[in-house]
Amino acid sequence: MAGEMTLQIVTPEGTVVKDVKTDAVIIPASEGSMGILHNHAPMVTALKVGVLRYKQGGHYKRVALAGGFMELSNNLITVLADTAEIGETIDVLRAQEARKRAETRLRDRAANVDRTRAEIALQRAMARLKAAGKLEDKD
Amino acid sequence: MAENKRAVLRKIKGYKSMMQITKAMKMVSASKLRRAQEKVLAARPYARELTKTLARLVKGGAGANHPLLAQRTGTPTVAYVAITADRGLAGGFNVNIIRKTQAAMKADPRPLKLVAIGRKGRDFFRKRGVMPVVEFTGFGEEPSFALVRQMLSQITDLYLKGEIDEVRLIYTEFVNPVTQRPKEMQLLPVVAPEDTGAHDGPDMDYIYVPDAEAVLNTLVPRFVETLFYQAILESKASEHGARMTAMGSATDNAKELIAKYTLAFNRARQAGITREISEIVGGAAALEG
Repeated sequence: MAGEMTLQIVTPEGTVVKDVKTDAVIIPASEGSMGILHNHAPMVTALKVGVLRYKQGGHYKRVALAGGFMELSNNLITVLADTAEIGETIDVLRAQEARKRAETRLRDRAANVDRTRAEIALQRAMARLKAAGKLEDKD
Repeated sequence: MAENKRAVLRKIKGYKSMMQITKAMKMVSASKLRRAQEKVLAARPYARELTKTLARLVKGGAGANHPLLAQRTGTPTVAYVAITADRGLAGGFNVNIIRKTQAAMKADPRPLKLVAIGRKGRDFFRKRGVMPVVEFTGFGEEPSFALVRQMLSQITDLYLKGEIDEVRLIYTEFVNPVTQRPKEMQLLPVVAPEDTGAHDGPDMDYIYVPDAEAVLNTLVPRFVETLFYQAILESKASEHGARMTAMGSATDNAKELIAKYTLAFNRARQAGITREISEIVGGAAALEG
């Protein structure tokens, strides 16, 4: 019998997910996706830009995260993210535009383009689109 | 007498329109204050969790060599970061920060640099020939975390390049809407938070993925960002609180002046009427005689 865990997601600008009960959480850890179930050992991990999924009532809800880290102890999962957006609230149009912008910048071979920044921007846009369900999530 | 009466009337009218302005400013500040306070509160859970985790990591002995944590030897160059507002009319808000900064810099024998945040502080120091190495103005009422992060990155850049070796913040702590306290805080090198041991009961063995050092590397910069972000938010809330109080007392003062001059005006009017009556009575008596 799988037990419940409590999930909270906080960002510097506010608490995005507050004390939600969940059966399973999949996080975009720095080393790759990681699933967490009841009674996981205490853990702290860095997060990359990506989508967090948590199971509630038989299906997953998605949250787009822009890096940060996660702490887990006593079935309490605390995600500290730079930004976090719940899938349903994401402005798909804006995310698509951001993606296009980042892609154009990456294609542009001019020396003055900050490639790392453009790449991060692209990752963020992709994460938001995935979280919104507008892009296939292969992880 | 009529001349005098008109002058008093004009004064009353002037004070009334001043009062309208101060009253409006007070109201605007009150609503801005409420929003700023909400932001301060919203930022707290994040800061709390972050501090907890960092304390635990540092206690475990990680990160003595992290560039933002390591204490530098020799004579360090110190950068003072003065956080003021872009606008005045906020009582002692800007002056308090400027004074504290001046006092701190005077008392500090080490080589100094200045970072000015807010137009008021920047202009003050520039006029006195102290050129800030980094300055930010006009970042608006509700600076986002991303924006604050950008501002900070300019300071940490200088720090990592070795041009400055210590960063001290001078900001205003928001106690409550009528009390704000100028405060000094060391931002860099990071003063590792004490592990209070009060959390989670017994100490747990955490797994760090991929390892403690890597987690620390993502954590420390965020800790600095959070400290800085909070200082900015608290200063913003304090600014509005100070302005609200200042405008409140300005409104009260205007009210007092209006009452005083209204009384003076009524006295003058009364005196005028009395004089007219006695003139009429005197005239009538002369006719009868």
